[in-house]
Amino acid sequence: MAAVTYLVSLAALLAAALFVVRPLVGPRERSKPGGDSGLELIALERRDRALAALSELEFDHRTGKIADADYQELLPALRREAADALRAISGVSA
Amino acid sequence: MAFIGRGALIFTLVLLVWAALAGGYGALRGRHALAESARNALLASFASASVASVVLVVAFIRHDFSLAYVAAHSSRQLPLAYRLSAFWSGEAGSPLLWLLVLTGMSSAAVLANRRLIAESLPWTVPVLAAIACFFAFIPVFVASPFATEPAPANGAGMNVSLQNPYMLAHPPLLYLGYVGLTIPFAFAMAALASRRTDERWLLATRRWTLASWTMLGVAILLGAKWAYETIGWGGYYAWDPVENAALMPWLASTAFLHSVMVQEKKAMLRVWNVGLVSLAFCLSLFGTFLTRSGVINSIHSFSQSSIGAWFLGFIAVVTAAAAGLIASRLPILRARSRLESLASREAAFLYNNLLLVAFALTMLWGVLFPLVSQAVRGQTWTVGPPYYDFFLRIFGLPLLLLMALGPLLAWRRTSARSLLRIVRWPALAAATAGGLLLAKGAGSSPAGLVAYTFSVFVLAGIGLEFARGTRARRALGSESWLGAFFTLVSRNRRRYGGYVSHAAVVLLAIGVVGSSVYSASASARLQPGQTLSLAGYTLRYDSTTFKRGANHDELRAHFDVFRNGKPDGTVAAGKNNYHVEAFFSNAVAIRTDWLRAQDLFVIGQGFNRDGSVDVKVIVNPLVDLIWIAGAIFLLGSAIAMWPDARERRRLARHRLELGLARA
Repeated sequence: MAAVTYLVSLAALLAAALFVVRPLVGPRERSKPGGDSGLELIALERRDRALAALSELEFDHRTGKIADADYQELLPALRREAADALRAISGVSA
Repeated sequence: MAFIGRGALIFTLVLLVWAALAGGYGALRGRHALAESARNALLASFASASVASVVLVVAFIRHDFSLAYVAAHSSRQLPLAYRLSAFWSGEAGSPLLWLLVLTGMSSAAVLANRRLIAESLPWTVPVLAAIACFFAFIPVFVASPFATEPAPANGAGMNVSLQNPYMLAHPPLLYLGYVGLTIPFAFAMAALASRRTDERWLLATRRWTLASWTMLGVAILLGAKWAYETIGWGGYYAWDPVENAALMPWLASTAFLHSVMVQEKKAMLRVWNVGLVSLAFCLSLFGTFLTRSGVINSIHSFSQSSIGAWFLGFIAVVTAAAAGLIASRLPILRARSRLESLASREAAFLYNNLLLVAFALTMLWGVLFPLVSQAVRGQTWTVGPPYYDFFLRIFGLPLLLLMALGPLLAWRRTSARSLLRIVRWPALAAATAGGLLLAKGAGSSPAGLVAYTFSVFVLAGIGLEFARGTRARRALGSESWLGAFFTLVSRNRRRYGGYVSHAAVVLLAIGVVGSSVYSASASARLQPGQTLSLAGYTLRYDSTTFKRGANHDELRAHFDVFRNGKPDGTVAAGKNNYHVEAFFSNAVAIRTDWLRAQDLFVIGQGFNRDGSVDVKVIVNPLVDLIWIAGAIFLLGSAIAMWPDARERRRLARHRLELGLARA
């Protein structure tokens, strides 16, 4: 019984070692450089944030948290921000 | 079996050291193969730690007293459930539990986020592995659960305080909460190391943070329930250092859960958020240190141990490393927008953050003060409940008020006129409730009266938020009220789940205030047939019984209960005598009136030779709201954590757009 336990343990240990070593065996490669996907992501997140802010403003206005005057004042600024964010995406992707 | 357990632990440590070193080098040099090997090592370490844990559990089940740890923390008389929980009842077992949970959670988090944060993942793995290394190092080199000795005929038994059903769940949940905070911390550090400080790491860890926060909260409540039913003094929280040690990271992560929304919505508070997540993690380490080191006297500190100095060193290293990394990345953590108004949702979050962190740090100072006074003056001065009660009022009451105002404010700005219009109904409800309570005599505690008034303000505000939101949704289409309500909640689960959690916190506050400020107690020595009356209850002492249990004897005093003169059942309170552990514990009787959320709490303090009993009776009004709050808190967290299909679609769209952009 003890011998079987030790054999099973040894097999599990070898399997784990193989699992760890496997990526190192074979052609070595350097990871793909991140490129500017970070910038693209930031631009996409900026766009999402601007669109979410517009929809949030709309909802707050409908639920009465934002007065009409404040709504009219904030709306153009948020629209501009959304448009800038969309333009920025085109700039980054170009 | 000990050999396999020890071998599995050593192998776990080897895997983790490899994952930390190879992973770090691979991330630094951009070696994909090394990073992948490190990731595999992290995954394998979970399997290896599981083997070690299974070996220990089997040893407890089979009474293998050749393991010194098993002999020291269990006995042949110990019921099976407690033999399982004995796993984490001592200093050598708890780091193994940490290790098991940490490697498991790390593996799950890495696998779940391999696409979302592909760029910073090579850094995440070594950070997680480096932390796990410490928890593998302790059981391998400092306090091994697999150390052997000549097997005694029976074990020494388990700490009697731990032989309670709540203790089966409380420590694992507490550790899940503590360990869970490692995930957002590691992802934040990896984002900083890889200079990917966009909002992805927040997205990747949002649910992990919420889950850890929930488990920590539930663990604190279960610990309070355990103290209430087991310690037998009629209370549930005594500002004990170890209790505070769990509350501090919970407060810091509460602040983080709020401030993270400001970063997501407005790209602000980026430095603050990485600082907060580091603080929460360091406090979780500190909590484990306090529980396990034995440096501070506490009813919850179950061991004196040798691991304290190691823990302290590790906390210092983590704190210094996190602070250094944050400082080195300050230029790329600049906020991308500004606070537009002091009357806005984000400003309310900021105020709430300042109060929560101030409260956590005040508590930290209270916990550290005995150590500091010992080091500086050579005398141990402890900080008692008055200190904490004072700061609870100072920080807690404004927090309640903010909890009412915050949800009513709009993002960016709310004009004074809008604010007055929005708060008028909740304020009117609060003022009415305050007036009624004053008329009913609740003014005996001004802080209690204010807390109740603010609580009504919060609840009315939450109700109004749901009502206004449902009405606005209904106006958009032809949905029924119920349909609009469900659509409202399902389209913004985090917000409305958060409101439900707010309601839970308010119930908790009402319960805490009611049971601590308005409770009543009385003590007496009663002969059979004599009575004791308190707050509408009358107890008549009937008889005493003795019963032999599996691993303890039970001595009970039986009382007939009368409520306003009418019979209301019986209660039995007394003592348990644990044979192996040679220890007496209280066995209190609790009679709950769920309609009033009120408890009749009976303590059998002494059994005298003349047949009389010394009894203490406490009536705790509203105390059961605390436990009800726990269930509502879980509901709120579940709503907030529920997967959001729209979020998944948004991320899928990002991947598509990024692919198109590169094509």
